[in-house]
Amino acid sequence: MDEMLHPSFFETYVLPFALIGAHSLAIILALLVALAFFMYADRKIWAAVQLRRGPNVVGPFGLLQSFADIFKYLFKEIVIPTRADKIVFLLAPFITMFLALSAWAVIPVNEGWAVADINVGILYILAISSLGVYGVIMGGWASNSKYPFLGALRSAAQMVSYEVSIGFVIITVLLCAGSLNLTDIVMAQEKIWYCVPLFPMFVIFFISSLAETNRPPFDLPEAESELVAGFMVEYSSTPYVVFMIGELANVVLMCAMAVILFLGGWLPPVDIAPLNWVPGVVWFIGKLWLMFFMFAMVKAIVPRYRYDQLMRLGWKVFLPFSLFWVVLTAAILQYFDLAP
Amino acid sequence: MLLTNFAFYLFATTCVASAFMVIAARNPVHSVLFLILAFFNSAGLFVLLGAEFLALILVIVYVGAVAVLFLFVVMMLDIDFIKLREGFLQYLPIGGLVGTILLIELILVLSGSSFIVDIGQTVPLTNMPTDSSTISPTLSNTEALGLVLYTKYIFYFQVAGAILLVAMIGAIMLTLQKHDNPRQQDINAQNARRRQDSVELVERDSGQGL
Repeated sequence: MDEMLHPSFFETYVLPFALIGAHSLAIILALLVALAFFMYADRKIWAAVQLRRGPNVVGPFGLLQSFADIFKYLFKEIVIPTRADKIVFLLAPFITMFLALSAWAVIPVNEGWAVADINVGILYILAISSLGVYGVIMGGWASNSKYPFLGALRSAAQMVSYEVSIGFVIITVLLCAGSLNLTDIVMAQEKIWYCVPLFPMFVIFFISSLAETNRPPFDLPEAESELVAGFMVEYSSTPYVVFMIGELANVVLMCAMAVILFLGGWLPPVDIAPLNWVPGVVWFIGKLWLMFFMFAMVKAIVPRYRYDQLMRLGWKVFLPFSLFWVVLTAAILQYFDLAP
Repeated sequence: MLLTNFAFYLFATTCVASAFMVIAARNPVHSVLFLILAFFNSAGLFVLLGAEFLALILVIVYVGAVAVLFLFVVMMLDIDFIKLREGFLQYLPIGGLVGTILLIELILVLSGSSFIVDIGQTVPLTNMPTDSSTISPTLSNTEALGLVLYTKYIFYFQVAGAILLVAMIGAIMLTLQKHDNPRQQDINAQNARRRQDSVELVERDSGQGL
């Protein structure tokens, strides 16, 4: 018993911790570097739609523009409004970024390539993404200023509303996959990706995730034509760039979720010779970019919604439809005995 | 084992401390934020117990939805915080009384011999009798919960749902205001509007009015 209890301090505590630390650090670094290029791609696509050139000065084709921007923000002075709630004001952007990054712990980019392959992975992501709203609310409130506050209120209502339909979309997928584990959900799509049989749900998920991440056309919390920059008005320098990174990480997280739930994760479209030679992680990243391209295109070509239209879409269109689809899916699975 | 103990004490102390700060914080918004921290730490305790499903549902429901609405309402309150503190002594007797009663009840439940349940033997989920099948210990606790909840406790489950629905409808009815002439949008009419019905392009020479 004694030797079982003491297999050496190093092996029980130091090694696992070091391993988890190394995993996390690797994924965070990779993610942050990738985010810089996602940002660049976002601006380039936007520019291309509007027949502009976009960032093209720093580095070849402007590839290093995002890094230049980050350093510019980091070296600027942090301005905090006089009567702001300092602690909450500074905490808000870091909460946004921390949550967005921590959700990546369970995302499997290939079979077995997740830092934590937990049983309830999809619930974990749903929980984390439903907390994203706190950064916005806290930032808006702590600024102690009118426009940020209005932005925060808008955001609170908007994100809670669209979470409901996202929840139902996830339930539909879970009914088909029969597991809450993300790897199992991907493996259940070996025969057919869920975006084919559940296409309407895929569309709802895509639109809801635009609203959930405050992307155009649902970027009402920061609508620059009405609220200047919404909850971000008072932010500058490092807190601002942290907010931006958090928001972008959330967007990419939503893309990754769409890839896992509907586009078959790291699986090739069909399991035949030239396609399944490509490693899974390449498929995953390719699909991630495809989803992000759609996000960026929507930003470029769709005009912003009015707030009442946004609410109507969430509660009166998406909610009943996704609820109906959950019941329909369950009924079909049960009737034809397809349930896993 | 050491690690689990350490995690337990960490979560438990933070939970108690932040629960204390909920009532001690001067600013109501800070109170809500501490409440959220308390929820988080209780979720952590659930994880330590191996109840990961309950932990995440706690976070999704309480932190992700309930506390957001709390914060939403509290932020909009226009409160003079100094005035709020003035009434503190006034409510102290009642609050103290309620607190004492709760404390006594807790002590009774936890120490009174008549109430004692042998904690070691209280129904780990695996021993719980179900109608159809006994639940095997290899199931994940999501599946185990589902098997019990939708068979043995389906009635309570449905009743809880019905009560929540009634509460929701009640709240909506209370705030629904009836006007004689409600100015409502007709979405279909808006969508059916076409360009040629409303906008007309008129060719004019410059310098001439319409």
